[in-house]
Amino acid sequence: MTRVRILNLFSTILFRDLLLGVRNQSELVNPLIFFIMVITMFPLSIGPEQSALMQISPAIVWVAAVLASNLTIDGIFRSDYEDGSLEQMILSPHSGFTLVMAKILAHWLLAGVPLIIMVLMAGPFLYLPDYALQTLFYTLLLGTPVLSLIGAIAGGLTMGVRSSGMLQALLILPLIMPLLIFSVSAVNNAMKGLPVTGELYFLAAILVLALTLAPIAVFSALKIRLSE
Amino acid sequence: MWKWITKYASPMHFYLLANRLTPWFGWSAAVLFAVGLYGAFFYAPADYQQGESFRIIYIHVPSAWMSMFVYMVMAGAGAAGLIWKTKVSDAVARSCAPLGASFTFLALATGSLWGKPMWGTWWVWDARLTSELILLFLYLGYIALQSAIDDRRTAARAGAILALVGVVNIPIIHYSVIWWNTLHQGPTISKLDSPSIHIDMLIPLLVMALAFNLYFAAMVLIRARMEIVEQEKNSKWVQELIVDKVSV
Repeated sequence: MTRVRILNLFSTILFRDLLLGVRNQSELVNPLIFFIMVITMFPLSIGPEQSALMQISPAIVWVAAVLASNLTIDGIFRSDYEDGSLEQMILSPHSGFTLVMAKILAHWLLAGVPLIIMVLMAGPFLYLPDYALQTLFYTLLLGTPVLSLIGAIAGGLTMGVRSSGMLQALLILPLIMPLLIFSVSAVNNAMKGLPVTGELYFLAAILVLALTLAPIAVFSALKIRLSE
Repeated sequence: MWKWITKYASPMHFYLLANRLTPWFGWSAAVLFAVGLYGAFFYAPADYQQGESFRIIYIHVPSAWMSMFVYMVMAGAGAAGLIWKTKVSDAVARSCAPLGASFTFLALATGSLWGKPMWGTWWVWDARLTSELILLFLYLGYIALQSAIDDRRTAARAGAILALVGVVNIPIIHYSVIWWNTLHQGPTISKLDSPSIHIDMLIPLLVMALAFNLYFAAMVLIRARMEIVEQEKNSKWVQELIVDKVSV
């Protein structure tokens, strides 16, 4: 009985958020355009030499992905907060963990997954070899959910605050440095032909930790901000 | 013991206690600073390799220790505020952030000043330096969040969540940075914490560390008092306090 209710709640919120996201196409597409633009700036500023670009392309892709996801995280709770529906969701007797997880998953599907697809398309433009591109794909697959999870903490803490986007970036960036370190070093290792399982395991561990703890922090952040 | 704690969890009693304790902490910090600095400059012998410039460690090392200690105090006070909803712990947590950020900045700045003659550069992307820099970013994020939220209680509780998330993350950041650095290059630069330090050098260092702790205690009490007075400015005891001060 309760399991059915939790699943029901989860899927209801997930589909609602997905529907809202898909209908609001500019918010879906703009971060991707931003991502491509940031990536384009590097060849223009460093020079089009293949060797130089190849060396730093994993770093470029990851930094651009982090920046792009920072832009999208602002919307995760804002509209629900402004029209009051978030308050109703928190007040409802349902499990806060489920609620928050559904919203985060929806955000990842709307912001993270398109980004991953975009990277796969952008890879050849940065002269990434196939094996490195494959590793980059794995690191993004493990890393972008963490961006959504940690981003949701900052989004919950800063909703309704003036210039919240900037503040979110300040809160998120120091926390996701480990992600950047492991991901980029995994891809660099792949380019040198070294094994990458160690880094991928670390990324998976960070993902599991974030999945376990972040929703609790997000839910308490929402409760605190709504009790104002 | 429990009764004592609950008594000083009330803002008024905490204020009065802090008022009485501040001069003790402040003056003993001043005395220890004087003793420690004298020891640092005259008692401790010059280092056989680094000469006189090693003496900056008497500022650098205590501030680096404090930078981490203050974060733990901030997170601990924040957690206490979340669990028991005590206003005093909120005030303490909020007061810690600027102090911690200053200690972190001081550690980075003195390290940089020392690095120029010793390593020949102001900055290296060494694991310790980088994780200290990220710690500074964490403090600055906390301060930015505090200034963005107008309501003090909400700001303090939101900050507590951020500080606790930071506490979970600090070990991960620290070890990932070490790992990142060792992947790129071996530890070519000898670290400050070489296994042995001469006892004559160690004593002033410990005195300075104690002085830094007492200074922090005095400062955090002063700041927390101001926080409490601002937070409780409509309560009766604060009004009476102000009237007393004015009439005296």
